[in-house]
Amino acid sequence: MSATPTGSLTDTKRANLLQMLEIDTRLLGMIGAFLVISLGFDLLTEGRFLTPRNIFNLTIQTVSVAIMASGMVFIIVMRHIDLSVGALLATTSAVMAMTQTYILPDMLGLGLGNPLIAPITIVVGLIVGSIIGAFHGYLIGYLAIPSFIVTLGGLLVWRNVAWYLTDGQTIGPLDPIFQKFGGVNGTLGVSLSWGLAILGVLATAATLYAARRNKITHEAYVKPLWAEIALGALLSAIIIGFTAILNSYQIPVRRLQRMFERLGETMPEGFVAAYGLPISALVLLVVAIAMTLIARRTRLGRYIFATGGNPDAAELSGINTRLLTVKIFALMGLLTAISAVVASSRLANHSNDIGTLDELRVIAAAVIGGTALSGGIGTIHGAILGALIMQSLQSGMAMVGVDAPFQNIVVGSVLVLAVLIDIVYRRKTGEKI
Amino acid sequence: MTAPLVEMRNISISFGGVKAVDDVSVDLNGGEVVGLLGHNGAGKSTLIKILSGAYHASHGEIYIDGQKATIRSPRDARSYNIETIYQTLALADNLDASSNLFLGRELVTPLGFVNDDAMEAETRKIMARLNPNFKKFNVPVAALSGGQRQSVAIARAVYFNARILIMDEPTAALGPHETQMVAELIQQLKAQGIGIFLISHDIHDVMELCDRASVMKNGKLVGSVDVKDVTDDDLLGMIILGKKPAHLA
Repeated sequence: MSATPTGSLTDTKRANLLQMLEIDTRLLGMIGAFLVISLGFDLLTEGRFLTPRNIFNLTIQTVSVAIMASGMVFIIVMRHIDLSVGALLATTSAVMAMTQTYILPDMLGLGLGNPLIAPITIVVGLIVGSIIGAFHGYLIGYLAIPSFIVTLGGLLVWRNVAWYLTDGQTIGPLDPIFQKFGGVNGTLGVSLSWGLAILGVLATAATLYAARRNKITHEAYVKPLWAEIALGALLSAIIIGFTAILNSYQIPVRRLQRMFERLGETMPEGFVAAYGLPISALVLLVVAIAMTLIARRTRLGRYIFATGGNPDAAELSGINTRLLTVKIFALMGLLTAISAVVASSRLANHSNDIGTLDELRVIAAAVIGGTALSGGIGTIHGAILGALIMQSLQSGMAMVGVDAPFQNIVVGSVLVLAVLIDIVYRRKTGEKI
Repeated sequence: MTAPLVEMRNISISFGGVKAVDDVSVDLNGGEVVGLLGHNGAGKSTLIKILSGAYHASHGEIYIDGQKATIRSPRDARSYNIETIYQTLALADNLDASSNLFLGRELVTPLGFVNDDAMEAETRKIMARLNPNFKKFNVPVAALSGGQRQSVAIARAVYFNARILIMDEPTAALGPHETQMVAELIQQLKAQGIGIFLISHDIHDVMELCDRASVMKNGKLVGSVDVKDVTDDDLLGMIILGKKPAHLA
């Protein structure tokens, strides 16, 4: 390390401050990039990018890829790859579409619209996804076939299993309760959203407080109190701000009228209602919290990162890395099935091309989010932010009117550029590349 | 006479037809340091990996306190209080010191979550004993110097009340000052009644630190000798010629 040139005095000071506050500079950079992209598109579209309506749409479009990206972090951290998630999403979506429109209502005689259909369907989907994922993990962990090959094969197999199951037809409309997970059809409304936001703020405060107290009892390093309070305030502001924006996105009048008509009532004059938080975003939130807990606070997560950092050391520490491989791929399958619920219900039907190229979006999101392909490094929030950045770029360019081919050219270039920046950053900070 | 702490009897293992270890028997008593000497590829590391559970012997038995022991994995070895400091250190570079120290044996909270703060506190305690200059508790071990990484690996072996300690070239990557620290540590552990297998290239180290030396060549045991009965040259002769010195044969 003595070869590293020492920075100027202000540089070291700044680095110390960031270290003292335990702020992740890479995360800061990504948030900066995201803000630049958002503000840039907002300028180019004359204020149409940062409207409640577009933020709502961006949110529900990001969810499916973001959920899978959180699982891809574990896969890539363990030095594997999963190219089959898009195809697996199609298969689980097809299974669930058949279950809710044909098997349960007709074959088992529950009848269309039965409230049991959605929960049973989702359980079936999650089980199928997990089993297929675990099977991939078995081939990779126990039979030692490279994950690239297993999941490349899986891409072809599951894409076409989905086709075979549905004869390539679009299946829909999906069950109305099931559709609540998609976005526009399932939102919490204003009061529930506010209630949840307040709960979120309280939970944030409680988490920060508990972590600080635990550190103090073990005499570990604690950051200054003002920094802790500032962090809490910032997180609370983000929660409240996000809720306020989505609560100000009003349901179009025509849509409201249709909703009243369906209930057989007429809409009162001057009635307004807002969407509030979409249920799919809450699903993502739950997944993100659960995955972060797994990554940081469980043995499973510790072993995933240890194995990614040094497989031999993990093995010598008594970690069963083969079983661990099965577990992470099963988890990836489970998350893919959750994404399938969100993706198919957002479209209100299962279409044959659902999830096409999602594997590339998911891997790109994880990598843009700072997951190192060499293994051992990656965060869940980074991957989700990566998914958001990708989706913002794509939507923004569509709104500005960039030609379709150029959109993909830009997204592809951004992926490569992001990894280059990450490599340069790691080299500067002396981290492993 | 009480049974030795560890007895490895007639151990053999082959890799693709090559006998890496061929009918080797060694033993170790509590409070004793036994040096394992030999050229690269003589089979010392392989022999020791059988004891630490990384490899399975195709023939032979291991006895601990005179009882037959079944060691099929590193986890089994740990349950017999066998701890190993590998030549490669076997650290996960992306994790910090306490995560490495407790890897596979994390302290958990009542809810089953890993308790990082408690583990860091324990790590600080043991480090204060082993290497008081060690301060980098919250950075990945990739950012540590060779000596600091070595002390993490040593702390991991010592923390869990090892009775049998295997050290594979513990001083290979160290400067003179750190080598001296390891030497002192070995004396200290020995005094506590821990049995130590010390794998080394350095005859000088072995003469200084060990009570006995077992020499291997081409997978076979040349012989085990008391260090006080031999000279540097005698040991060198055993390594190179594969024969016991004339006055002991």
